[in-house]
Amino acid sequence: MDYLQTADVRFAYEAEEGVTPREVLCGVTLGIRKGEFVALLGHNGSGKSTIAKHFNAMLLPSGGKVYADGMDTMDESLKYEIRRRVGLVLQNPDNQLVASIVEEDVAFGPENLGVPPEEIRERVEEALKAVEMFGHRLDAPYKLSGGQKQRIAIAGILAMKPDCIVLDEPTAMLDPRGREEVLQTITRLNREQGITVVLITHYMDEAVRAGRVVVMDSGRVLLDGTPREVFSHVELLKKHELDVPQATELAHRLKAMGCSLPEGVLDEEECVAALELLLGG
Amino acid sequence: MLSNSTLGQYFPGNSIIHRLDPRFKLLLTFVGIVLVFVAGNFFSLFAVVALVVLAMGLSGIPLRQYLKSLKAIIVLVLFTAVLNLFYGHGEVLWQFWIFQITTGGISNAFFIAIRVISLILFSAVLTYTTSPTQLTDALERVMKPLKVFHIRVHEIAMMMTIALRFVPTLLEETDKIMSAQKARGADMESGGAIQRMKALIPVLIPLFVSSFRRAYDLATAMECRCYRGGEGRTKMKSLHATVLDYRAVAIIVLFAAAVVACNLLLPARLM
Amino acid sequence: MPTILETKELTYEYGKGTSMTKTAVDHVNLAIESGEFIGIIGHTGSGKSTLIQQLNGLLRPTSGQVLLEGEDIWKEPKKIRRVRFRVGMVFQYPEHQLFEETVLKDISFGPRNMGLSEEEILRKAKEAAEFVGMKPELLEKSPFELSGGEKRRAAIAGVIAMDPDVLILDEPTAGLDPHGRDVLLSQIQSYHRYRKNTVLLVSHSMEDIARVADRVLVMNGGKAAMFDTTAAVFARGEELERMGLRVPQITKIMNRLRADGYPVADGVLTLEEAIRQLAPLRQERRLLRAQ
Repeated sequence: MDYLQTADVRFAYEAEEGVTPREVLCGVTLGIRKGEFVALLGHNGSGKSTIAKHFNAMLLPSGGKVYADGMDTMDESLKYEIRRRVGLVLQNPDNQLVASIVEEDVAFGPENLGVPPEEIRERVEEALKAVEMFGHRLDAPYKLSGGQKQRIAIAGILAMKPDCIVLDEPTAMLDPRGREEVLQTITRLNREQGITVVLITHYMDEAVRAGRVVVMDSGRVLLDGTPREVFSHVELLKKHELDVPQATELAHRLKAMGCSLPEGVLDEEECVAALELLLGG
Repeated sequence: MLSNSTLGQYFPGNSIIHRLDPRFKLLLTFVGIVLVFVAGNFFSLFAVVALVVLAMGLSGIPLRQYLKSLKAIIVLVLFTAVLNLFYGHGEVLWQFWIFQITTGGISNAFFIAIRVISLILFSAVLTYTTSPTQLTDALERVMKPLKVFHIRVHEIAMMMTIALRFVPTLLEETDKIMSAQKARGADMESGGAIQRMKALIPVLIPLFVSSFRRAYDLATAMECRCYRGGEGRTKMKSLHATVLDYRAVAIIVLFAAAVVACNLLLPARLM
Repeated sequence: MPTILETKELTYEYGKGTSMTKTAVDHVNLAIESGEFIGIIGHTGSGKSTLIQQLNGLLRPTSGQVLLEGEDIWKEPKKIRRVRFRVGMVFQYPEHQLFEETVLKDISFGPRNMGLSEEEILRKAKEAAEFVGMKPELLEKSPFELSGGEKRRAAIAGVIAMDPDVLILDEPTAGLDPHGRDVLLSQIQSYHRYRKNTVLLVSHSMEDIARVADRVLVMNGGKAAMFDTTAAVFARGEELERMGLRVPQITKIMNRLRADGYPVADGVLTLEEAIRQLAPLRQERRLLRAQ
């Protein structure tokens, strides 16, 4: 079994009486291995945020099973252990910080876990250093930029010593600089500390940087593979209201016109190299 | 801008006052405030002022910040002082119609002004040197005995922490919504009282809606971080009294004795 | 085309007179022609938010002027609301301003503040709803029952309904999914084409700006660093990068090819244009090979 494992998960939000509940997840089977960096794509309402909340037992499946590190999320007694190991970062950086001082906010998780004070201090320091916000430990969150607040939210999760961090559109409300800060932070945590990362995003240029891309549509997994594999399905992605990077689309369109270009070009470097080979070589 | 207020501001630092146990700080501030009211003449009031100045000096926070905290209430201070100017007895210095200013009035005005300013400064020392979380932690601990009466002390303290954390966020949000409605021609500056109240509806409703949304998000985030009430929780900044705290208590006791002695031994009020 | 909006040495200082004075907008001179579609870019803190709030009189300049059709908007401060009706402003996340019982009433809020007749209000509100692709059956619903994308549209309609001569939009597509972004941008574009009014669009998405703007204003450190045609601005990729800004990916690819000696134009903005330029090159090469 993989670190995060869903088996034919179905889910419907409770509806008013007389209305048949609409299924948001219609049988999702997905395995995420320890240490992976997975980007989860899909348009609004595709079910990607719903599956994210299943990974840490914030939502429980109406059908099927979800296992986190082998623990069944339906088991009430394991709830907090699952949430400690699988941290969830939300979209709005303003709404997930609890305390008025950065270091006190980061301490919130370990305090809830009953960690001894001395160790909390160490963990807070370590977590703030890992997101490069140690210098801001005594600042008030409202004085920080969006990207900085989001990094504090990540530090708050890190202080619980998780194995895995699930981020639900953490960059949707940030400017390009903040997006880059957050992306670099999670990439580094994945590479250097081996933390499993599940990044839910609308931005294709972020997905390209993951090791694996999963595309969801109408509560099902539509595509699953390396960024190159997934982004070679340009037509399919467009049909499902998703975007592809301009570099990918340019290569794809030229190829369709008969140029000998590879599929699944991911960024501008690859695109320029392929075009120069085609035109000049 | 609304968000620029100094309300409940905290300046991190490592001064003696910063290092005091927040529970003691809370109690000492309380005692200080009581002394302000107990002080009955200028001598005892002088002792109180000396205590405030001592605390301010030890806090290591620039005087400028304290003056800023007074700026907000300067109108109130002047108003009460002027009112008091016309009360009191003694030699009449100036008279107009039914108003008269006496030496007693002048001394009253000064007395009240110094009292109000001392009050503000005492609380400023507390909030400037204690983070909101520490403050609510202290309150939680001080109020712990109330648990016997089934008062949910932890929950109340947590609510205060969150409220303090969201004050600046909501102020900023109010600012934004007001701008957005003004851009649609909302008129919030003219009209009578009822019209002005009405003009606030387009601001208040979005503010409530967004507060609910934030509350929902925050609850989710807290659950994700394993929050389950006060049971089994530890604190990073655990509260324990040190020698420093007992020294502070000793100093306060001395000052309190001085205030009481001045009250009893010296004339009630200077003319 | 006549100039509709002009700024003269426009300056805004926060905390003026204190030790913490910060100049957010620094002697900016602009002339915007009637009917133009202007893109505004600049990283957070570059002064673009302060600038646009001065253009519709939400902030009063600390020095300098904003001229609307040649007249200083602060000539009669009491009448500043009239300026706000003529220079409409859609803030970031405008859905946070919805408050009425029904969508229709909310869209009517602006026109009602203008003091129009009931028929006129209804006509303008319905027209605005149509522009943003709001289905008529949604108009009687509570705005709080709408989906995120629909709320955004309702809020934008609330500003369009005032029929402003100049419409300013601050990141109207922020937080939407790619499809939602695409549709909303197209709607703004067709609204602009139909009404022939002036639109100012602030965006972090260079791809969006490249797609819709005639001219681009680049704000940096409170100053107007560039103000030129879109192609000319994006041809200066390196300068933009020094300001912490990007160019659209397609522009970057074409700029690189050009730098490497391939005969392509600079400042290519769209995929279609790139393909138009690249396809003949390939033909040539095939001919060369055939010879």
